[in-house]
Amino acid sequence: MLLKTLTEAFGVPGQEQEIANVIRELVSPYCDSVETDALGNLIAIKNGNEKGPKVMLTAHMDEVGLMVMFIEKSGTLRFKPIGGIDPRVLVSKSVYIGKNRVPGVIGAKPIHLQKWEEADKPFDIDGLFIDIGAKDKEEAEKLVKLGDGIIFATKYEDIGNNRAKAKAFDDRIGCAVLIRLLTMEKRWDFTIQGVFTAQEEIGGRGAQVASYRLEPDMAIGFEGTTASDVPGSKEHLYSTSLGKGPALTHADASIVADPRIVKRLMEVAEAKGIPYQWRELTTGGTDAGRIHLVREGIPAAVVSVPTRYIHSPVSIIDKTDYENAVNLMAAFLDSIEERGLPF
Amino acid sequence: MATLGLAEFLSSIISESGVSGHEGKVAALVEKHMSGLFDEARTDALGNLIVLKRGTGRTPHPRVMLAAHMDEIGLMVTKIEDQGCLRVTQVGGIDRRILPGLEVIVHGRRDLPGVIGAKPPHVQEPGEREKSMKWEDLYVDVGLTADEARELIRIGDIATFAQTPIKLQGKFMAGKTMDDRAGVAVLFECLRVLRDMRHQADVYCVATVQEEVGLRGAITSTYGIVPDVGIAIDVGFGDQSSVPEYQSISMDNGPGIAFSPAVHQGIFERLTSIASELEIPYQVDPSPYPGGTDAYAIQMARGGIPTGLVSIPLRYMHTAVETVCLADIERAGRLLAEFIVRLDKKFVEGLKCF
Repeated sequence: MLLKTLTEAFGVPGQEQEIANVIRELVSPYCDSVETDALGNLIAIKNGNEKGPKVMLTAHMDEVGLMVMFIEKSGTLRFKPIGGIDPRVLVSKSVYIGKNRVPGVIGAKPIHLQKWEEADKPFDIDGLFIDIGAKDKEEAEKLVKLGDGIIFATKYEDIGNNRAKAKAFDDRIGCAVLIRLLTMEKRWDFTIQGVFTAQEEIGGRGAQVASYRLEPDMAIGFEGTTASDVPGSKEHLYSTSLGKGPALTHADASIVADPRIVKRLMEVAEAKGIPYQWRELTTGGTDAGRIHLVREGIPAAVVSVPTRYIHSPVSIIDKTDYENAVNLMAAFLDSIEERGLPF
Repeated sequence: MATLGLAEFLSSIISESGVSGHEGKVAALVEKHMSGLFDEARTDALGNLIVLKRGTGRTPHPRVMLAAHMDEIGLMVTKIEDQGCLRVTQVGGIDRRILPGLEVIVHGRRDLPGVIGAKPPHVQEPGEREKSMKWEDLYVDVGLTADEARELIRIGDIATFAQTPIKLQGKFMAGKTMDDRAGVAVLFECLRVLRDMRHQADVYCVATVQEEVGLRGAITSTYGIVPDVGIAIDVGFGDQSSVPEYQSISMDNGPGIAFSPAVHQGIFERLTSIASELEIPYQVDPSPYPGGTDAYAIQMARGGIPTGLVSIPLRYMHTAVETVCLADIERAGRLLAEFIVRLDKKFVEGLKCF
């Protein structure tokens, strides 16, 4: 249950130790070295031929969440988002606070006591709070510290037809793709630098320092990207759709993907009959946006698993897209062994 | 025999679904968990579960009815969209602002997990974030294509919140449907206390149906039972920021005892004096309105029934994370048991004389 383990783990930006430890356990037996750096990135290396190229593959470990800002006299907790969260998804959800996972709930004013027009405006995030059932501030302080990260208390579960719902598929699904590649029995004749990055959700911060340190010849980032093939969205605004294969990016707000890498990805997908789609939105950004500007520049691209409802308490993927992302990437790595880098 | 503790009983019954008009499964579960605590059980034409624990001594016994509603608010499928997503409407009063990102279970041909989605951020107009999602922007995503969804789901199918019970600190517990399964738990607690006590009154504990859509189960069950005294057990607004102090009762401070036009003053006096005598914490909960709970329907049945109302303080009413303190349920159960053992012919006859 790789996806369950990964998506239920704790890891808001800057507090990625738990998810890093989970991943370390999984990849260590297959890698030549696994270490962390000063920002908390987890770097797993599979060495190849010393003269061969270095290919960096990344996925970010962190997830959007909340942070404890203040404990009220009553024992309720005030919070702020860490990473981009629409405050409208928070009310009536359950959460876990800190690494000890203290359970809490985000309540709201009862509908019975509201004026009719109140429902037209979202709850103001400054008016929201978390209730852990503590009697008062003193009891709460024994359980919770200022700065503690807060995650959604969402469980992984299969849903519909070969789909799955969980929190944090952005980007634990990318982590899953990278883990699957690193734990393959096959060893390629070039070096793979698997980086599970920290702090992507607050600006690709882990990816930047890791790429400086590792100096790869090229990089591909794996993401869980928006799929909006849903009511209220017109077909030309879907960006990606579930079930149509991994999504390739031409460009988003942070990067013009290296066209040579993109072309190679298309070629291997078509040669192997692996379905793929284009990410049609050009907004948003990923780790690759930071990576390609490091040192004198690193050719980089993005491969994504379409994900509905990213940055909310629960997201949905199609597991065939995930399998096809793994297949596509394995074929891409084979192509480097056979034909060298795409440039 | 009833072997569950209070927390287990409540966890179990809030985990079952029972939207107004669809209470059959929760009724069966409540009856099962209460077995050993009553003499007879039946359900009436609307689905109310009525369990009777007989009194002792000369007949006719005074008849007391305790009512707590077992129905819950929920959603109903109105349309299956081409993307396989479901449009829904509310059953009972739901603040649509709690819905985006909420998990539900759609009770189709089988139970299907679903997620409430909304118009994606990049297709929203500038400024839309300042407004709450409208019902027509929201839908349930069950991860199926339209064809698959139409095989398994029909218009009119019900969906419930998927929230599992959450144990908070101390005796606090959160989950869906505490309104009013916490009241049903008071019935359970009262019967557990009465197991070891002698009482003259025949005790009818009723888990009522369809309260959220108009107190309908209480109307028919009271007519059938013809009680001398009726007491509704519901939830009251617990203290929380965003609710003024004067509109709330505080958590873990004992049940609210209502004083309102729906409440017989003699029953209010008796409940409060027993609580004071036994040092059971309670809070006076005044209301100028008679409506909103089963007490209204009980009081208006037949030629009028002397009625009381006991409320469990509850935070975040009509969300998926309604929060109660188990100590308040225990106190309410004990208070009602003590009320029942003191009930005799003389008291109930006196209630007719104003």
